[in-house]
Amino acid sequence: MARKLLLDKINIEHIRLYDVYRQRGGYTAVEKALKSMSPDQVTEEVKRSGLRGRGGAGFPTGMKWGFLAKPEGVPRYLVCNADESEPGTFKDRYLMEFIPHLLIEGLIVSSYAIGSNRTYIYIRGEFAWIIDILEQAIAEAKNNGWLGKNILGSGFDCEVYVHRGAGAYICGEETALIESLEGKRGYPRIKPPFPAVKGLWDCPTVVNNVETLAAIVPIINNGGEEYAKIGIGKSTGTKLVSACGNIKKPGVYEIEMNISVEEFIYNDEYCGGIANGRRLKACVPGGSSVPILPANLLLKTAKGETRMMTYESLSDGGFQTGSMMGSGGFIVLDEDQCVVRNTLTFARFYRHESCGQCSPCREGTGWMERILHNIEYGKGKMSDIDLLWDIQSKIEGNTICPLGDAAAWPVAAAIRHFRDEFEWHVTNPDDALRRNYGLGNYAEPLQVMHSA
Amino acid sequence: MAEEKKIFKVTIDNITIEVEPGTTILQAARRIGGDVVPPAMCYYSKLKGSGGKCRTCLVRVAAGSTADPRPMPKLVASCRTNVMDGMVVESMTNNTVLEARKAVVEFLLINHPLDCPVCDQAGECDLQDLSYDHGRESTRYEFERRTFERHDLGPYIQLHMTRCILCFRCVFAADQLTNKRAHGILDRGDHSEIATYIEKSLDNDFIGNVIDVCPVGALTDRTFRFKNRVWFAKPVEADRSCTKCSGKVRLWMRSDR
Ligand SMILES: Cc1cc2nc3c(=O)[nH]c(=O)nc-3n(C[C@H](O)[C@H](O)[C@H](O)COP(=O)(O)O)c2cc1C
Ligand code: SF4
Ligand code: SF4
Ligand code: FES
Repeated sequence: MARKLLLDKINIEHIRLYDVYRQRGGYTAVEKALKSMSPDQVTEEVKRSGLRGRGGAGFPTGMKWGFLAKPEGVPRYLVCNADESEPGTFKDRYLMEFIPHLLIEGLIVSSYAIGSNRTYIYIRGEFAWIIDILEQAIAEAKNNGWLGKNILGSGFDCEVYVHRGAGAYICGEETALIESLEGKRGYPRIKPPFPAVKGLWDCPTVVNNVETLAAIVPIINNGGEEYAKIGIGKSTGTKLVSACGNIKKPGVYEIEMNISVEEFIYNDEYCGGIANGRRLKACVPGGSSVPILPANLLLKTAKGETRMMTYESLSDGGFQTGSMMGSGGFIVLDEDQCVVRNTLTFARFYRHESCGQCSPCREGTGWMERILHNIEYGKGKMSDIDLLWDIQSKIEGNTICPLGDAAAWPVAAAIRHFRDEFEWHVTNPDDALRRNYGLGNYAEPLQVMHSA
Repeated sequence: MAEEKKIFKVTIDNITIEVEPGTTILQAARRIGGDVVPPAMCYYSKLKGSGGKCRTCLVRVAAGSTADPRPMPKLVASCRTNVMDGMVVESMTNNTVLEARKAVVEFLLINHPLDCPVCDQAGECDLQDLSYDHGRESTRYEFERRTFERHDLGPYIQLHMTRCILCFRCVFAADQLTNKRAHGILDRGDHSEIATYIEKSLDNDFIGNVIDVCPVGALTDRTFRFKNRVWFAKPVEADRSCTKCSGKVRLWMRSDR
């Protein structure tokens, strides 16, 4: 069995409640940090752990905290990004719902490191029942002296507030989140300035993902060095992966970042293989925003190496032949699934969620959706495929926030790797309405190019 | 030692000029003038916070500064990017920039009604100029265009949302010039619209400015409607006796003399 650092106690009855959580060793990280470490020492420990942000971009957390501006007399804020709305990603929800005190504990330690006396959890509004769970956990923590004034006699004050979103994916983007938290429309800000300098109410702010902040607890308990021993290279520690699609055992898994993609899909400890005896066709390994890969490129890199569940290995080959760890939403497609339809579904999502501030994203996402709709419903033309390619390439990189890129990448990757299937829809419009393209040669071993 | 006044050298399309720190690339380009000036739709120099949205003014920064000469990884909005000393910028001389610009124009036009013949803004429309200078000859968009109902926002202003490019300039203008903004943007994405939420008239003394800052014919003057064409109007120095503002007033009016 793989080591678990976040979900090790998840099956203990009533672990959601403070008393049980505390009896099982909860809040020792707060004790350790506040009683025996300075805020800078906490940050150093996080740097040593090699922890990378779990919200999507994978930016080293310790370094991010180190960048925070610290002008005299200006408050600093920590904001926990619990807006989790990426199609395919549902790991934060699981963590918050079943072991909320782990997040609260991580938040207190992180707030101490950053110097945030008022810390916010910005949570996706649809998670209505989890908001209640978190508020209960916060109240319990406060009643037991872990929040409030002068915590554990350390002189450190901290309050945690839950703020609920109102149903916009874009509010997961950190600057849109900050705007929304300030009570404005959730429009991403034009950067610079970055939140580390001017964030919430123009004060220095750190925005971190739920899982990132929860991981601070084992890092402080066991030391950053211990944490860094798990995993490969710069992918240290454990990672929550929410697996869904055509697998036998969908769910949230905590993995050590040293297993292969193949093992993750086929091992009974994880996904347990493809459901109903079908074969693997494709996979979106990191949530809807990351490039889709055909089975052959998913299991092996273009160099013929085994692809691992790490940041580096998943992105090996760049966008030409690789993908990304993203937010850990692992979506598996079997041979009966249609890649065009899948791409259309994603495109519809991004069109709906574009905030509409910048023209390439506002207009381009809708255009792509319409073309994909035509292709999927047997009304596409060959030239539409090139047009789609051109549109996505004109959105990518030309927008205010990364949602534009996130809308472009899935379309680009689908065309790059599954062009046959798109063309088949155009040349066989009647078939396309009745059946799917099938597996094609997407699982066949690739010829490995050896460089001279 | 006397405080030395800092001056930044910036090179745009091989032309070097000196500007003060805090100048944006767009402002620097406008100082040079001519072809190097990127087109700008959403930026309005007098409005705080404007710009950055339409993406027509994208340029490439080939070198960030003398201190850090690395190129910037993406194209940047020149209206919201400050120059640094030794910065090298490519506008007209970079093909990626020209392609991106063309694409932005196309994006702005796919849902535009192209009703210039019946639009009061025709002749002084930034979008017309932009399409003429940077657009394609025909459209690749084969779908029904987005439409909205036409609205009268009070006695003086008419809103043709179909023509709006969501530059946000009218919102900034109302925020910064009038004492209470009564309109804004409703909804999001490609279904966003300028609206007063509850049907309301815009009747502030300064609200007429929103017509002026609107780069297209989305906000037009109801009293002017179909009465004239801008190219028939001539500037006349006007007399004004108003307690609320000061300064010169120039009136554009039709006159046969
Ligand atoms: C459109 C969009 C949506 C995002 N949604 C989320 C989200 O739901 N949760 C999250 O943690 N990060 C999300 N992010 C990433 C955040 O902007 C930010 O990078 C992250 O919260 C940083 O935390 P980390 O360093 O701990 O990963 C999103 C980014 C974009 C562009
Ligand atoms: S890229 Fe899309 S979501 Fe992001 S600011 Fe622009 S319009 Fe809004
Ligand atoms: S109405 Fe005019 S000024 Fe207002 S956002 Fe639309 S185009 Fe811009
Ligand atoms: S003018 Fe610069 S983005 Fe619109």
